[in-house]
Amino acid sequence: MKGMTVIVKKTTQLIAGIVFLYGIYIILHGHLTPGGGFAGGVIVAGSFILLILAYGSDFLNLVKEERGSTTYENLAILVFLFLALTGMIAGTRIFFANWLPHGTPGELVSAGFLPLYNIFVGIEVAASILTIFLALIIFKEEVLK
Amino acid sequence: MELAISVIIIFMILGAIYAIHASDILSAVIAGGIVGYSLVICFLLLKAPDLAIVQIVVETITLIIMVAVVLDSSRTEAYGKFDTQAWVTAATAVVILAILFWFLKEASAPLAPFGENTMRMADAYVNGAVDKTGSVNLVTGVLFDFRGYDTLGEATVLITAVLGVLTILRIRGRK
Repeated sequence: MKGMTVIVKKTTQLIAGIVFLYGIYIILHGHLTPGGGFAGGVIVAGSFILLILAYGSDFLNLVKEERGSTTYENLAILVFLFLALTGMIAGTRIFFANWLPHGTPGELVSAGFLPLYNIFVGIEVAASILTIFLALIIFKEEVLK
Repeated sequence: MELAISVIIIFMILGAIYAIHASDILSAVIAGGIVGYSLVICFLLLKAPDLAIVQIVVETITLIIMVAVVLDSSRTEAYGKFDTQAWVTAATAVVILAILFWFLKEASAPLAPFGENTMRMADAYVNGAVDKTGSVNLVTGVLFDFRGYDTLGEATVLITAVLGVLTILRIRGRK
């Protein structure tokens, strides 16, 4: 897949970082404002997809990227499962127990485990969608060869 | 608001019908996008911004992938001929649809009228979620605390989808 024109490349340079930061904002504020791990994860994946579409597949080592994103996706869901299991270790013996202190509702660090769940679900969703996109592109490149 | 939603739904139905009957697949994909983006406006009108954010981003990425796939393959639709097997398939579909509709009618008869009699669960969620979970966003509170199992299942569905895509789209392993 070839890259696009200079205008698209320059605009993507300016925009992709902002899109990435907006996704992280949506993930981190998931327990305060609309959004959360699923929406923010897709936005983060969208910023990477934007870069790949604008710069073409020669710019990045796509196979290496795909290996990395698969690893992160599997690790994120393992950590999510482990966080859900920590309730059993902490003595409450409930799966998905929210045993951390809740804090004041409305602050950034509050609501116990919910921000952590949001972060890891966000990583998982972003890596999954990026992996699917990269797999499609790599398949096309290999077919064209 | 109901009028606006009705107009948008008519628009969605028109887009879906055009997507089925378009001879060019690219215009069919874009007409399918009408359905998704109209759904975003419906979610916003129904005061569900969480869903609207997810829907607009997922719709955009899906549309990009679909357009890329269509541009790389053929743009004309492959029409199969309408032989005996197609008749049997269509008849089976109609019969199963009728049976399912009958079961739905029978099963929904003893329920309360739609929209009335709010469930006790929903009442407890709306009134007690902030105290129990500490999360101001009620959707996140329900999604990750009360319904944690469901979220784990959704994440597992994503993992399974990626596994399926990676299994189908491998060339090196086949050789």
